[in-house]
Amino acid sequence: MTPANQLSKSFTYKSLISKSFKVTGRQVLPGFALSLGISLLFISLVLLLPLSGLLIQTAGMSWADYWAVVTDPRVMASYQVTLLMALGASLLNGLVGLLVAWVLVRYTFPGKRLIDALVDLPFALPTAVAGITLATLFSASGWYGQGLAKLGIQVAYTPLGILIAMLFTSLPFVVRNVQPVMEDLNSGDEEAALSLSAKDWTVFRRVIFPAIWPALVMGVVLSFIRSLGEFGAVIFIAGNMPYLSEVTSLMIFVRLQEFDYAAASAIASVILMASLLLLFAVNVWQTRYLKRLKGN
Amino acid sequence: MSIQIKQISKQFGDFQALKPLNLTINEGELVGLLGPSGSGKTTLLRIIAGLETADQGQILFSGKDVTQLHVRDRKVGFVFQHYALFRHMTVAENVAFGLDVLPKQQRPSKASIKQQVAELLDKVQLSHLASRYPAQLSGGQKQRIALARALAMQPRMLLLDEPFGALDAKVRKELRRWLRNLHDELGFTSVFVTHDQEEALEVSDRVVVMSQGQIEQEATPQDLYQQPASRFVYDFLGGVNVFEGEVCSTAGHSNNRLQQGKAWVAFPDGHKPQAGQLYLRSHELSLSNQPSATAHLPLTIKAVSLIGAEVRVELEPLDWQSPDLWEVVISHSHYNNWQPQRGDTCFAQPQAGQLFTKNKENQPLALNWTKEHLLIKTA
Repeated sequence: MTPANQLSKSFTYKSLISKSFKVTGRQVLPGFALSLGISLLFISLVLLLPLSGLLIQTAGMSWADYWAVVTDPRVMASYQVTLLMALGASLLNGLVGLLVAWVLVRYTFPGKRLIDALVDLPFALPTAVAGITLATLFSASGWYGQGLAKLGIQVAYTPLGILIAMLFTSLPFVVRNVQPVMEDLNSGDEEAALSLSAKDWTVFRRVIFPAIWPALVMGVVLSFIRSLGEFGAVIFIAGNMPYLSEVTSLMIFVRLQEFDYAAASAIASVILMASLLLLFAVNVWQTRYLKRLKGN
Repeated sequence: MSIQIKQISKQFGDFQALKPLNLTINEGELVGLLGPSGSGKTTLLRIIAGLETADQGQILFSGKDVTQLHVRDRKVGFVFQHYALFRHMTVAENVAFGLDVLPKQQRPSKASIKQQVAELLDKVQLSHLASRYPAQLSGGQKQRIALARALAMQPRMLLLDEPFGALDAKVRKELRRWLRNLHDELGFTSVFVTHDQEEALEVSDRVVVMSQGQIEQEATPQDLYQQPASRFVYDFLGGVNVFEGEVCSTAGHSNNRLQQGKAWVAFPDGHKPQAGQLYLRSHELSLSNQPSATAHLPLTIKAVSLIGAEVRVELEPLDWQSPDLWEVVISHSHYNNWQPQRGDTCFAQPQAGQLFTKNKENQPLALNWTKEHLLIKTA
C-alpha cells in the first residue's frame, strides 16, 4: 500500500462520522481488547514512532539553530512556492473533483466504470513514474508542451509544472471523499426543493451543495496536505531552480544529501506541523457541522 | 383547483405501472388513493405533481392543460413519506425555503417572510422549534414541518405521498385528524396516498382504490364499505372470510343452499340460489354452539385474542375448505358468557354478506339473513 493510499483510507469522510468507539453491552464478536491492541501497536510502530524520531532529532538543535534552518531564505522561498502551488492544485482539484464525482454518480454512460477505476490511478502509480511521464508530456517537445509553447506557456521546469504534478497526484482525494456522500443524497430533498419552485441552480446551491460541502472541504484539505509533501512526481517536472521552483520536500532531500540530518528533520517538522494543524482544524470543523446535521 | 386525469399511463421498463386511466378530483375535495404497494398509486400522485412524466394522456388543473408543465411551475404542495426536510437548515429556514427562492420581484421582504414563517409554525403548533434542526425532531414533528413548508407557497393543491406511513400508530391517528381539520380550514384540494384502508376511510371525502395500475373503484367511504365493487376491494378493506360453494340438487339436500361438503349456508328468501364465493366480514357473523336453520358452518377455535373494544376469534373450518383462516369479532359480554377455549367447536351464523358468482365477476349479490334469523327466533 502506498502512503497516499493509507492516508486516504484512514481519513475518509465516513470514518469521521462514527469515530467515537465504545463497547456497549456484549458484542456479537469477541476480541475487542486484542484487536484494539494490535491496531494501536501497529499505528505506534508505523506512524507515531517515526514521527517521534523526527522530533527527537530536531530536539538536539538549539532554538536559534532551528530557527535559522527553517527560516533560511532558500527554504522560505520553497515554502512560498509549495504553499501557493499546493493551494492552487487543491482548489482546482476541488472544482474538477466535484465535477468528476458528480458525473460518476449522476450519469450512466459507456466506460463509466473504467473512468471510475482510473480515478485511483494516481494512488496506484509510483509517483516517480507520474513525474517522468508528466515531464515528458509537458517538455518543449512533448505532446502537451508543443501546443502550450505556441501559446507562450511553459509548464515543465517552472512552478506551473509543480502545480500540474500536484494536481495529478491529489485528484483522487476529492473524488473519493465526495462520491460516497453524493451517492447517499436523498433524491426526495431535490424533489422537495423543485416542488417549492426552486430553480435548478438554486437546488444545487442550497440543497445539494451544503450536503456535500463537508466532504468536499475534507477532500480539498487532504489534497492540499498531500501536495505539501509531494516529492516524487514534482521533482522531475519542477526544474528545481533555487528560490524559484524548489519545493520544501526537495529542501529536506538536499539537507539529507549534505548529511545534515538535524536540518532535514527541522524542515520536515515544519511541514509536519502545518499538516497536522490543518488536519486537526478541519476535523473539528467537520465534526461540528455533521453533528448539526445528524443530531446529537 | 380541480384535477382531471385523462387516459394517463406509465411504463417503467417492462413494468406497466399505470394502465390508461381517468380520474376527476373536484375542487376542495380530499381524496385518498388506496392500494397495495405496486398498485401505481404513488406513480399517479407523482405524475399529478409533475415529479414523473406520463407516457400518454393529459392532466388538467381547473381545465388548464399542465401535462408538459415542469414540477416547479405547477405550484402544488408536495409532502413526502420520509419528510425530505433539508437537514442543514433550521426548521424556520426549511419553512421559509419556498418564499426565499422566489424570483426577486415576487419575493416578500425579509420581515414579511419571517412573519409568514411564524404564522405557519403557529398553524402546525411548532413555533417553539423554529431554531432546531430536523435531526432534533420526532417523526410527527418533521412531517408537520414538511407540511408547513409546502403550505408556505399557498398552493391550491396539496399532494401527500404516504404522509403518515413512517409514524407510529398513535401519532398517525393524531396527525390524520389534524390533516382533515387543516384541509377543511384552508379549503384546498388534497390527494393523499396510503396503503392503510382505515386511514383512507377515516380521512377522505372520496376513496380511489387502485390495484395493478388500474382504478378498482372510486366511492365515498360509506359506499365503498357497503358496496365494494369487486373481490379485490372487498378483500383489501380487510377482515373478510370466504365460503365457496355450489348449489346441489342431489337427493337429501335442500336445493336452496350454498353447499361445500357438509357445510352450507341457506339463501335468504327471495334470492335465486347460485354457486359462488360468499364474502363475510368478521363483524357480520355471530358464533354459537349450535348450527342454525339458515347455516351449518362448523369451525374449530384456533385462537382468542382480547383487543380493545372487541374479542377476535380465529377459526379453522372443520371438514370444509377456505383459502384463509376465518376471523370473527364478538363482544366482550358474549365472550364472558360463552368462554370459548382453543380447540372448541362452534358454528358461524352469517348476518350479511356478498356473493361473488362465477359468471358475473363484478356485480356481487348482497345477501342478508338478519330478518330470517329474527323470524326463526320468534317462531
